[in-house]
Amino acid sequence: MKCTVCKAPAVMDVRRHNGNFCRDHFLRLCRDQTAKAVKDFDMLSPGDRVLVAVSGGKDSLAAWDLLLELGYEADGLYLGLGIGGYSDASGDAARAFAEARGLHLVEVDLPRDHGFDVPSGAKAARRVPCSACGLSKRHLFDDAARRGGYDVVVTGHNLDDEAAVLFGNVLHWQADYLGRQLPVLPARHGFPKKVKPLVRLAERETAAYCVLRGIDYQVEECPMAEGNKHLGYKAALNQIEATSPGTKHDFYFGFLARASARFTPDAEAEQGGLVACSRCGSPTPGHEEGGEVCAFCRLVERAGGRSVPVELGPRR
Amino acid sequence: MQVLLRNPRRELSIDGPLRVHALLDRLDIHRDTVLVIRGDTLVPGDELLEDHDVVEIRPVISGGAT
Repeated sequence: MKCTVCKAPAVMDVRRHNGNFCRDHFLRLCRDQTAKAVKDFDMLSPGDRVLVAVSGGKDSLAAWDLLLELGYEADGLYLGLGIGGYSDASGDAARAFAEARGLHLVEVDLPRDHGFDVPSGAKAARRVPCSACGLSKRHLFDDAARRGGYDVVVTGHNLDDEAAVLFGNVLHWQADYLGRQLPVLPARHGFPKKVKPLVRLAERETAAYCVLRGIDYQVEECPMAEGNKHLGYKAALNQIEATSPGTKHDFYFGFLARASARFTPDAEAEQGGLVACSRCGSPTPGHEEGGEVCAFCRLVERAGGRSVPVELGPRR
Repeated sequence: MQVLLRNPRRELSIDGPLRVHALLDRLDIHRDTVLVIRGDTLVPGDELLEDHDVVEIRPVISGGAT
């Protein structure tokens, strides 16, 4: 197998691009695709203070590394979720990456800082673990960004992630979710801007990028994720992609180009009327008379943890 | 050859020579769901693996909270 660009021995095939690549040209492809996503969706501006949410897995570490390669300055944020040895190894990978490159890693630990972990919190709140985890992450990403004065939170969502979420949202016609499923969510209502610069890369490519860049990431799968719906959606899409390469790209980017705006009113209706949570102060849907408790504080209460007041900063 | 598999982690011994695609077919693994790694680099599907090779078959599909 030869590199489509230079005819040197190839190490990676990318079927939806109908190409094979040597190490150097594959890494260049990843940089180019990331730069295109950042530019096309106006993700980052000069002078932005950027915080990359890193789990220790392939996608988030690739996102951090790619942004640095493209010349951006970015700090990392690691959330300890209290998922036993999995969290221990994930934290080690994130810390090792930062330490080896002299980068600043902000750390928040759910058991230490909020008094509960994802497994016990999910059980107490009768939520599936991925739901409790996602809810906690979103709250803590926002809070850490505001406390640190960051303008933008970067996450490592890749093309497979976005296509699978879109698939699930379409199957169940989640109109408000469809209206928010964008590669960029602007800063508003006290929430920082959120961007997904890896939406043009599939997860096999982010994994390959890490291997070829010598990035030692957490390979083991989260034990709480086994059998979840998201993985089922990915498996279904991968079956289609196997016989029709490029389908996931067309599905997701076709949605952004032709359908996404139709759902914007649904998302805005859902996000309208935000008030401050009566316990932590973070923005949450509710009525102007107040007394509303945000979803994270309700989870904290059920899990027997502690609500911690957020810092809203000048952007509120 | 020695083959390391992940999630769950286990090791297999398989006779070579064998092309990467044939190895994955034998193990009933779809090529788009994994990377095959030898040393610090990737091994493409048409590469011939020898009896003395040590490779890792690493899954790339992850899915949790989004």
